[in-house]
Amino acid sequence: MIFLTRRATFSASHYYWNEAWSAERNVKVFGRCARRSGHGHNYTLEVTVAGEPDPVTGFVVDLKWLKAVIEEQILAAYDHRHLNMEVPEFAAGKMIPTTENIAIAAWNRLETIVNTAGGARLTAVRIYETPEIFAEYRGEL
Amino acid sequence: MFSASHRLHSDALSDDQNRAAFGKCNNPHGHGHNYIVQVLVGGLVAPDTGMVINMVDLDKLVQDQVLDRFDHTNLNLDPLFVNRVPTTENLCRALYELLHGKLSPGELEQVRVEETENNFFEYCGESR
Repeated sequence: MIFLTRRATFSASHYYWNEAWSAERNVKVFGRCARRSGHGHNYTLEVTVAGEPDPVTGFVVDLKWLKAVIEEQILAAYDHRHLNMEVPEFAAGKMIPTTENIAIAAWNRLETIVNTAGGARLTAVRIYETPEIFAEYRGEL
Repeated sequence: MFSASHRLHSDALSDDQNRAAFGKCNNPHGHGHNYIVQVLVGGLVAPDTGMVINMVDLDKLVQDQVLDRFDHTNLNLDPLFVNRVPTTENLCRALYELLHGKLSPGELEQVRVEETENNFFEYCGESR
């Protein structure tokens, strides 16, 4: 089994806010991240798939195909967007766009497409919010 | 790190099929990469040395088995790739096989090969 990882970057803005809480509680829990005018990051996304290399091509998956899937499913939706306002899974307070939740959301956008294409399975999605912080989701183990 | 050229081409496919499968990587003259290799060794920390493995020994093993063999070469000409396309998947597994069983002390846990800054490959042996 070979694990293959493709990287991509996107830039987006967000803020953290739980609509069920008071403003004071949001500020206490989320600090600067609760400022409603938002802030942004350069995110790095790493998508890992696993499988056996095809005996003819030597590929686990075609990297051009994986790049296109990431661009269509993730970058087209997230890059240069305000996650709270423009991305359906986070909009209207549905889910707080923490790095953890972005990793889960990106996994959900990719899982069926990767796993039904044949040849490889999605094994991990890692999102770096800054070079110092990342969250990784491996599906429900 | 080592620098090498390769061409992705399978004799089992027609010219058109090769171009469709491999795109620009099928360019007849080949192209090259700076491959970054990470060798992950697992083991207990020896009480007398405080080491899992002596890094000097590990460096020498990787130098002898990997860098001397592949640096500034054409991967397609290596005997390992006579009947195998030198994708980084296959290269990663080949490097694992070249290093496996030769570490002492310590066990080879994983080989990672970065082909470009945007993609890398990992192999942990057949059991995983």
